[in-house]
Amino acid sequence: MIDWFHPSIFFIVGAFLIPFLHGKVRQAYLMFIPILSVAAVFSMSPGTYWTYTFLGTPLTFGAVDKLSIVFGWVFTIACFISIVYALHVKEPGQHMAAFLYVGGSLGVTFAGDFFTLFIFWELMAFSSAYLVFARREKAAIEAGYRYILVHIFGGVCLLGGIILHYGRMGSVAVGPLDHDGSLSFYLILIGVILNAAVPPLHAWLTDAYPEGTVTGAVFMSAFTTKTAVYVLVRVFPGTELLVWMGTIMALYGVVYAVLENDSRRLLAYHIVSQVGYMVAGVGIGTDLSLNGSVSHAFAHILYKGLLFMGAGAVIEMTGRRKLTELGGLYKTMPITLVLYMIGGFAISAFPLFSGFVTKSMVVAGAGHDHWPVVALLLTMASAGTFLHTGLKLPYYMFFGKDSGIEAKEPPLNMLIAMGMAAFLCIGIGVLPGPLYQLLPYPVHFDPYTGEHVTSALGILLFTGLGFFMLLKKLDPEPTISIDTDWVYRKGSRLFMWFANKPLTVYEDYLGNIYNSWFTRFTLLFSDFFARVFDVRGIDGTVNGVAEFFIALAGTLRASASGLVRNYAVTMLTGGVVIIGYYLFAYFVGL
Amino acid sequence: MIKRMVLYVGNPANARSLKKLSYLALVLVFVSDFFVHREHAIYIWDKIPGWGAFYGFVSCVVIILVSKFLGHQGGIMQGEDYYND
Repeated sequence: MIDWFHPSIFFIVGAFLIPFLHGKVRQAYLMFIPILSVAAVFSMSPGTYWTYTFLGTPLTFGAVDKLSIVFGWVFTIACFISIVYALHVKEPGQHMAAFLYVGGSLGVTFAGDFFTLFIFWELMAFSSAYLVFARREKAAIEAGYRYILVHIFGGVCLLGGIILHYGRMGSVAVGPLDHDGSLSFYLILIGVILNAAVPPLHAWLTDAYPEGTVTGAVFMSAFTTKTAVYVLVRVFPGTELLVWMGTIMALYGVVYAVLENDSRRLLAYHIVSQVGYMVAGVGIGTDLSLNGSVSHAFAHILYKGLLFMGAGAVIEMTGRRKLTELGGLYKTMPITLVLYMIGGFAISAFPLFSGFVTKSMVVAGAGHDHWPVVALLLTMASAGTFLHTGLKLPYYMFFGKDSGIEAKEPPLNMLIAMGMAAFLCIGIGVLPGPLYQLLPYPVHFDPYTGEHVTSALGILLFTGLGFFMLLKKLDPEPTISIDTDWVYRKGSRLFMWFANKPLTVYEDYLGNIYNSWFTRFTLLFSDFFARVFDVRGIDGTVNGVAEFFIALAGTLRASASGLVRNYAVTMLTGGVVIIGYYLFAYFVGL
Repeated sequence: MIKRMVLYVGNPANARSLKKLSYLALVLVFVSDFFVHREHAIYIWDKIPGWGAFYGFVSCVVIILVSKFLGHQGGIMQGEDYYND
């Protein structure tokens, strides 16, 4: 009897079978794998499984506790819903990339050590990039490259942090890190918050997600940031810095969403905003707020997937993505509209929808732990969430000025996937009990108190009043918004211009400076690294191996004198030894 | 059924009755906030009836005005071909 089976195996091994299957068989297979993984998560019990020693370091693939199980649940469920949404996609590459991506994310969830975590982390980055490339338009390919480059930067920070941490502690077990202000602490933190899309390291998300394929973006909206939230909960609970980062994030996304014209980019800015609640919850670090972060991640994956599916369905059927070019679709896509609105109500935290029972935990966590300003600002951000996701986007997409587009409802599989997500959004909102049972800490929280319901409704409905009063101001404008990706999109051009124009003119001059300063710094820098990493880590190993071979070669060289008679003697000696051995063995055997 | 409801909401001819319904909802929510128990109040504003409505409205207006100000005056909003030159 196998006591534990890693759900990533289904996805990572299963991905390579996809190109060999076709038609209905492939569709059945695509749904079967996530169902298997849901079953694997269902049958899990806490414990440590699949530990192997590699180069003297124990690597654990199966560190299972309540926290990893709840993320295992939502990742496998989200994968099933997203794959149903993507069933009509013929290209096997996209399905393979999605499976590897999900496999990576589950690998991170169950990783017991930082090395294993890092490997799956990188698998996620590279496989998800394909979901952007697969749209095959120039803008998508460029965004895909930027996405990869930023993630490589984050990965290097993470790996550097892990190695330094290992050097200091001698252990790579995944667990809360000491807040000792060490370089390794901050490097790991940077690596993780980059994936959680914390400004100013968030622009990869809002740059790449709207450029992804219609179905790929649904996967992306669920996995990367929430895997990072999982790692934050696991490694950085109670890091005060994160409270403010999360609060700023929540408002940052809202501000940019006001300005945004691209439907999926607007939703992407709301990922930033919503993940802000989770990051703040991790920073507060009490049982209530950590439960809030985890449950909000759970609910968020489902409603954000639903919203991306709704916006994706409109893009799929109309070929348009800008709010200025859409409008009046309510007549032709009413079911899509209703399903989208369920996601909109869930993200806005309307009573009886999932966001209400999870987001309020984070806000209550801030209140109970004496962060009044944070609680107020997070409440303000939730007004902004309803303003954009629940009002602005559907208003300009489905109502507003009629764009005269002849659209149809999307294919049945897309509607079914959206229906499943919508069902869960309402189910969690109406019956939060089962989700609360899954949370890592015991829950003593009741979202449905009279005062909470009336004040939440007050906030939301009067936000609606403000929206309709200021409707003229909110009309989408055909613009793009400058964000921190400016630094590497325009900044790099500035650098290239600088390299091409003044640099060539003053090449000699700069060459001198380069030689005297840059080289010196580089040398100093590399000298430092040579001492720390090279000599201790890499050289230690390489030297050990080399010394052995040098010694071996020294011995062998003595025999390689080049004289025939010496070789003859050696061969003769060898022959004598062999014959002697067999004779000896023979006599002993007698 | 769903389709009929959506078509009703979207039809400009029904705008007037929808407006009336919305105002009714606003009033109901605002008034009901005066009749709930407030045993969980932590901060002073949690004790003020109608706080949610007030704060929601103010938040909405502040978010729109501040964002549009930053977008237009702060230079965040640029032409669509800003990056393609």
